[in-house]
Amino acid sequence: MSEKLHEPDFPAAEAIDAPEEPVETRTGLNIVVCIKQVPDSAQIRVHPVTNTIMRQGVPTIINPYDLFALEEAMRLRDDYGGTVTVLTMGPPMAEDALRRALGLGADKAVLITDRRFAGSDTLATSFALTSALTKLAEEAPIDIVFTGKQTIDGDTAQVGPGIARRMGLNQLTYVSAIDSLETEAATITVRRRSEGGVQVLQSKLPCLITMLEDTNHLRRGTLQDMLRAARAPLTVWSADDAGIEDPMKCGLRGSPTVVKRVFAPQPRAEKAEMVAVEGKTPAQIGDAILDVLFAKSPKLEADVSAKITA
Amino acid sequence: MAQAPQNPASSRAAMQMQLAEKFKSYKHVWVFVEIERGKVHPVSWELMGEGRKLADDLGVDLCGVVLGPRDEGTKQAIKEAYHYGADVCYICEDPLLADYRNEPYTRAMTDLVNKYQPEILLLGATPLGRDLAGSVATTLQTGLTADSTELKIADDKSLAATRPTFGGTLLCTIHTLNHRPQMATVRPRVMAMPEPDTSRSGRMVWHSLRMKEDDIVTKVLEFVSDAQVEKANLAYADIVVAGGMGLQQPQNLALVQRLAAVLGAEWGVSRPLVQKGWAPAERQIGQTGNTIRPKLYIAAGISGAIQHRVGVEGADLIIAINTDPEAKIFEFAHLGVVADALTVLPALTDAFARRLSARAMAS
Repeated sequence: MSEKLHEPDFPAAEAIDAPEEPVETRTGLNIVVCIKQVPDSAQIRVHPVTNTIMRQGVPTIINPYDLFALEEAMRLRDDYGGTVTVLTMGPPMAEDALRRALGLGADKAVLITDRRFAGSDTLATSFALTSALTKLAEEAPIDIVFTGKQTIDGDTAQVGPGIARRMGLNQLTYVSAIDSLETEAATITVRRRSEGGVQVLQSKLPCLITMLEDTNHLRRGTLQDMLRAARAPLTVWSADDAGIEDPMKCGLRGSPTVVKRVFAPQPRAEKAEMVAVEGKTPAQIGDAILDVLFAKSPKLEADVSAKITA
Repeated sequence: MAQAPQNPASSRAAMQMQLAEKFKSYKHVWVFVEIERGKVHPVSWELMGEGRKLADDLGVDLCGVVLGPRDEGTKQAIKEAYHYGADVCYICEDPLLADYRNEPYTRAMTDLVNKYQPEILLLGATPLGRDLAGSVATTLQTGLTADSTELKIADDKSLAATRPTFGGTLLCTIHTLNHRPQMATVRPRVMAMPEPDTSRSGRMVWHSLRMKEDDIVTKVLEFVSDAQVEKANLAYADIVVAGGMGLQQPQNLALVQRLAAVLGAEWGVSRPLVQKGWAPAERQIGQTGNTIRPKLYIAAGISGAIQHRVGVEGADLIIAINTDPEAKIFEFAHLGVVADALTVLPALTDAFARRLSARAMAS
C-alpha cells in the first residue's frame, strides 16, 4: 500500500488531482462492500466470575448495519452494471458471513485473515482493509467502497472514515439515499443525515459511503445465488497476500489504543426503594408512588408542576 | 486476565507509557465546538465541563476549537466556549466552513493539532463529530476511543476513556499510551451540562484555512431541515416516560404517551419495541438509541438490560414498574413498583393529574 498519510500534502488533494480512469474502459461500477462478522449481541453472556465474554455457542451474524450497505451496492450494480465484491477481515470462520453475502447476491468475496491481524483497533483495521482494497484496485479501479454506519459489537463508526482517509476517497457518511449517479461525469449526489436535517451532497467518484440503517429493504437471494454461494471459490488472503509490507501496522502492534481493563458494570450500591402495592387498588398504588416520589425528591414536585403550568 | 488466546489485547493491559520524544511537547486539553447551521451542539458544552476537570487534573489549559463561517453564530460560540470553561479558543473562520464538510474541517483540525499539539482532543459522538474524528485520527495516526462514558486522568497522566463494548454487556477502559493527541468521542447527554459563568473570557488564537472552494470536491447542494426534531427532544427532555415488552400490545403504547402528555414529558421505548416495529428508531432509549439524562425517568414494563441501563443511568431519579421482582431494572432504579404496567400507568396518570391540578389551585 502506498502510505499516503505521511506525505506533506493534504491526502485528499491526491484524489482531486489524480487522473481519471478513461471512461470507455469502464464496464459498469466496481463496488466493494466491507462487512464484518459479529456475535449476535442479543445472545452474549458475561462470565460472572472472570468478566469475560462467553463466546461458546453464540451465533455469528453479518453486522446488521452492513446489510443496508450491501443492498444499496447491489441496487447500484443492478442499475448501472458492474460487480459487487464483499470484503471482510476476520478469522477463517468469517467465511460464513461472506457466503451469506454471496447468497444475497454479491458477486465476489474476499477474506483477509492472518494471526497478525488479531487485536486490531480501528486504525489497524482500516490499514488492513485499505491494503486489501488497494490490492483489489490493481485488477480494476474501485468506484465506490461501502460500509455500514457502524458495527454492533464495536459501535465505533471509525473504520469507514479511516479507509476513506487512507485511500483518498471522498467521504460520505450516514447516507440515507443516493439521489443520482452519473457514471460518465463520475458525480454522485447523496442525502446525508446530520443534526436536525439532511444535507444533499454532490461529490465525485471514487467515494466511500457509510449507509444509514433502515434506508432500504434487503432482498432475498435468488435460488441461483444461494446455490452459487455454497460452492463459489472465495479469495482468501494473508497479510502478505494483501500486499502488507509493514506488519508493525497490523493487529495489536499497529493499534495505538490499549485496552487496560475490561469489567462488568457494577450494581448500584443502593437498591431501589420498593413501593408497597400489596392489597392496594390501582388508584392507591398511583398515590403511593407519588407519595414516595415526592418524599424522596421534594424539588421534583415543583419541577413537574412548573412543567405542566408552562 | 487468563484468557490470552481469546483476547490478545489483555496481554497488553500491563503496557507502560513510553512516549516518543516528538510527542513530549503535546500539552493541553482541547474540545471541538461543534457548530451546525449557526448553533452549537449542546454536547460541546457537556464536553467542555468534562474537559475542565481533565485540564485541572493535569494542570493545563482547556481549549475550544471553533470552526465556522465568519458570522454571529461563530462569534457567539467563541464567547460561550469561555463561559463553559475554556481558557483559550483556537478559531478558524472561513466561508468554506459554513456547512459541515469532511475535507475542510479535517484540514483545519489536523493543521491546528499539528501546529499547537494538544495532548487530548475530545469531540461529540454526533454524525458530525464521528465523521470528523475518524478522519482526523487516521490522518494523525493516533488512537481514538469512540462513545466514551467516563474520562479520567490515569496515574501515568494518560487519558483513561471508559466505554461500553459488546452492546454494553461489558465496559472497557482504553488508553492511547504512545501516540498524541489522545482522542475520544462522547455521546450527547452522557456528561452533565456545566453551569455557564458569563464573567469568564480568554485568549484567542486565529488560524487560517488556506483552502479554496475548488480544492473541495464535495458540495452542499441543499439542507433539508427536519420538520420534527423528536430525537433532540428526547435526549434533552426533563421527564421521560418509556415502555417495554411489558406493554404486551402495540396499542398499549398509548398508556405511555398519555402519562407523558400529562407530565409534559417525552416518551420513548426500549429496543425490542423498535425491532418489532411498534415505534420508530428515534424513540429508542439505550446504548444504540438515545442516551437520556432527565430529572425523572419512568420505565414501564422494561426489564432493564444493560444496553438500556447505559442509556438511562444519567437520570436523576428512575421509577421502574415491572411485574418481575427480579428484573434487572430494579438494580439501578431508585424507586420500584412490582406491578403490571398496564394497570399502574393509567393510575399514575390520574394520580399526577389530580395532584398537580390540586397544587395549581392551591397556588
